[in-house]
Amino acid sequence: MTGYILKRLLSAIPVLFGITVIVFLIMALIPGDPATAILGSYATPENVEKLNRDLGLDKPLVQQYFIWLSNMVQGDFGTSFALNRPVIDEVLERFNGTLVLAGTAFVLCSVFGVVAGVISAANQYGLADKAITFVVLLGISIPSFFLGMMMILFFAVNLRWFPVSGMWPIYGDRTLPVLLTHLAMPAFALAVVATGVVARLSRSAMLEVLRQDFIRTARAKGVHERGVIWRHALKAAMVSIIPVLGIQAGFVLSGAVYIEIVFQWPGVGRMLVDAILKRDILLVQGGVVFVAACYVLFNIMVDVAQSLLDPRIKT
Amino acid sequence: MKSFLTLLVRNRLALAGGIVLLLVVLLAILTPVLPLADPDVTNTSNRFQPIFSEGALLGTDHLGRDLLSRLMWGTRLSLAVGVAAAIVAATIGAGIGIVAGYYGGRIDNIIMRGVDMLMAFPYILLALAIVAALGPGLFNALIAVSAVNVPFFARNIRGITVGLAHKEFVDAARLAGLSNTRIILSEILPNVIPVIVIAMSTTIGWMILETAGLSFLGLGSQPPQADLGSMLGEARSALITNPHTSIVPGVMILIIVMSINLLGDGVRDALDPRLKSGALSRPMAATRVERAEQPPASEGQGLLEVKALETQFHIKDRIYRAVGGVDLSVEKGECLGIIGESGSGKSVTALSIMGLVASPPGVITGGAAYYEGVDLIGAPYKRLRDMRGRNVSYIFQDPLATLHPLYRVGDQLIEAIRAHRPIGREEGRAKAIELLNAVRIPNAEKRISDYPHEMSGGMRQRVGIAMALANDPDIIIADEPTTALDVTVQAQVLTILDDLRRSRGLAIVFITHDFGVVAQLCDRVAVMYAGRVVETGRTSDILDAPRHPYTARLMACVPELGGGKRRLEAIPGLPPVVDKLPVGCAFADRCDRAQDACRNGDIALAQTGHHAVRCLYPVAQEEIA
Repeated sequence: MTGYILKRLLSAIPVLFGITVIVFLIMALIPGDPATAILGSYATPENVEKLNRDLGLDKPLVQQYFIWLSNMVQGDFGTSFALNRPVIDEVLERFNGTLVLAGTAFVLCSVFGVVAGVISAANQYGLADKAITFVVLLGISIPSFFLGMMMILFFAVNLRWFPVSGMWPIYGDRTLPVLLTHLAMPAFALAVVATGVVARLSRSAMLEVLRQDFIRTARAKGVHERGVIWRHALKAAMVSIIPVLGIQAGFVLSGAVYIEIVFQWPGVGRMLVDAILKRDILLVQGGVVFVAACYVLFNIMVDVAQSLLDPRIKT
Repeated sequence: MKSFLTLLVRNRLALAGGIVLLLVVLLAILTPVLPLADPDVTNTSNRFQPIFSEGALLGTDHLGRDLLSRLMWGTRLSLAVGVAAAIVAATIGAGIGIVAGYYGGRIDNIIMRGVDMLMAFPYILLALAIVAALGPGLFNALIAVSAVNVPFFARNIRGITVGLAHKEFVDAARLAGLSNTRIILSEILPNVIPVIVIAMSTTIGWMILETAGLSFLGLGSQPPQADLGSMLGEARSALITNPHTSIVPGVMILIIVMSINLLGDGVRDALDPRLKSGALSRPMAATRVERAEQPPASEGQGLLEVKALETQFHIKDRIYRAVGGVDLSVEKGECLGIIGESGSGKSVTALSIMGLVASPPGVITGGAAYYEGVDLIGAPYKRLRDMRGRNVSYIFQDPLATLHPLYRVGDQLIEAIRAHRPIGREEGRAKAIELLNAVRIPNAEKRISDYPHEMSGGMRQRVGIAMALANDPDIIIADEPTTALDVTVQAQVLTILDDLRRSRGLAIVFITHDFGVVAQLCDRVAVMYAGRVVETGRTSDILDAPRHPYTARLMACVPELGGGKRRLEAIPGLPPVVDKLPVGCAFADRCDRAQDACRNGDIALAQTGHHAVRCLYPVAQEEIA
């Protein structure tokens, strides 16, 4: 197993490398002089020239890339001009917030999505199946930011069940219950679309599996129908559900940007949008590379989970 | 195409989605000629008018602009951008996919590595990076959304193209000296276009959502121009005081995306052949029973007595009579063979007894199966489940498919026991080892932690037998348990079954198409054809003197070791399709003894002693010799 994890980690290196190349190339698309873009059009020529030298922008593209890469490997993502602090500090701080939000949403969408899919498949064409199918359709059709706004209106403003926005109150204790009341609405709004996708896939994966011969064997043994569905069929269906969970993780991680804006949640997504609007290029670069790298590592964990579930995968 | 449309229309939800979408698109197209206020004229004295106010049906926004007009123009813009993004993504993605799939080799490898890299990004993050580089703006948002979706199309289309690139018609075009470009344009492209269209119809909703999202963040359309996303984004600051300015564009996005999704699902379902055939329906816990008549009473023959069993498959408007009135019985300690060609209904008969026929489409429409005098057909699920594996257990044909691939064989054995009585871990383990020893699996202590795929076919089938034995059943129904095994292993498995029968007094119903196996194992045999028993009797009687022409022909198909130069005779023709059974004898069309009377009305099973045959002109004793 350790060997397998190591192998997967090694195979992630070219992917990480590719990610930095893509981000670097996208940023190289910036029209005109990056230093001017960073400093704004009112910058003095001396400052622009100095920044170009500091960033190594007077060197050829390939050389620039390797300077940038080697700095990043050493943990130096540059300095944010708008915030005047190291990019890595800002990203790490903000990533905490995103991790709490996206992590919760991921757990929600995995649990509810799979359970809804299984119930739907087990009652195919029945009332529960129709109800779930309809709710799922609604869920994958509603923009998460609109859903979030409506939730604020209804649950925070009208019913006053939850605070309107933010991760923590401005005053008061930072305890887990306080966090949870702040987290409930944004995590739910973020999870809805992913839950729908997972539920759909789980339903069809279960329907595939339920026709397999080993399900008939389980029934012939006298295993209770509950066991047939939730143990035998679900375990086999998980083989095709887990990869989709991996994709959904990327979805909630990046889709968090909308929710962070709507709920004023301190996260990487909101930071990136602000940075884009302020043309804080280094912060965008650093943030994108960091989040993408985290996602690659998460996908390795997904592969490992898959190999634990399915002994037929060669480890 | 016509059947596709009727299918689509039959799906009411898809139809509703299609109509709504059509309406929205029509309105969006007509927007410039409709009598609407100018969407960009501000009137700050007239801000935040509520819905249904005079002169503004949907009210006005924070700058006093007419919301209805802005909604229509915004819808127009959102739809246009979404469709454009889908077309751009599909074109570029399909181009990349076709090139990679058609040329293969190094080109394919390099392109697909690049695509994988793009897919390693969390989706929206990549779009953000692209907008960051190009700067905010609707056109740049369009580029970003298309770029993010290119890998999806590239992968899909590459998969299809790889399949096509090795087809005969492409080879033929190559041999004819056509250039690669010509082949791609004239042979490959027409075949992938339908796939591209379907992929587009399922992703266009996403694209509209994503562009709306970027606009919502302020990275898409810039004021005063507004699509639905930026309308929502601008309205957000007044969400609490004037929610209608947010609700109007938000609901519109929901309506558009939902109708697209409904339609897309309908299109997908209409094109999926598996849905048409009902192959995607889930089998229920027990076969459906719909008996029109009271089943015949038990005659008290034997441990298990099947009377006039009828099982059908209802697929769409067709009815397949898989089992058409079968009588069987088996005594304690006896082995009954059921023999027949594939599709003769022998497996369905066996599965019907414990309600294991997949349903839908299977329905038991008549008859009874008495176990110790109590009818199992139509018994409540609870009783059926309690008896499955405990009183009557099954061994199935292909043990690789019938054992759960992700559980260790030991755990599967323990579960079989646990289904009927609670036992602890240690006891379960000991019992599992004991069972594996009983079916002569060497090294059982280690083998119980194997997964099915780690065992050989013969070993797996022994596990299947061990599982059937787990609760000391009275009857084992073995459905071609040796068909997937090679001959030596087959002999070993048969010996194990025979020993168990003698040592435990098991009744065995042994289903096979192999007379050799019947001769070796069975006391009595029933020959099935087209869902009915055509001949039954003691094995030796039937082997010595088959009376039904079908039995005789079936036996003639078996090669005899050392039997000299006897000609092997295949039976001409095919068994009848069971949804259109002929009147009278179902074998008549393949039978060289058939006369007109054979095709007139039902033929009864005629009993003489222990031997019964369903034939008007049975083979006489002297003809055999």
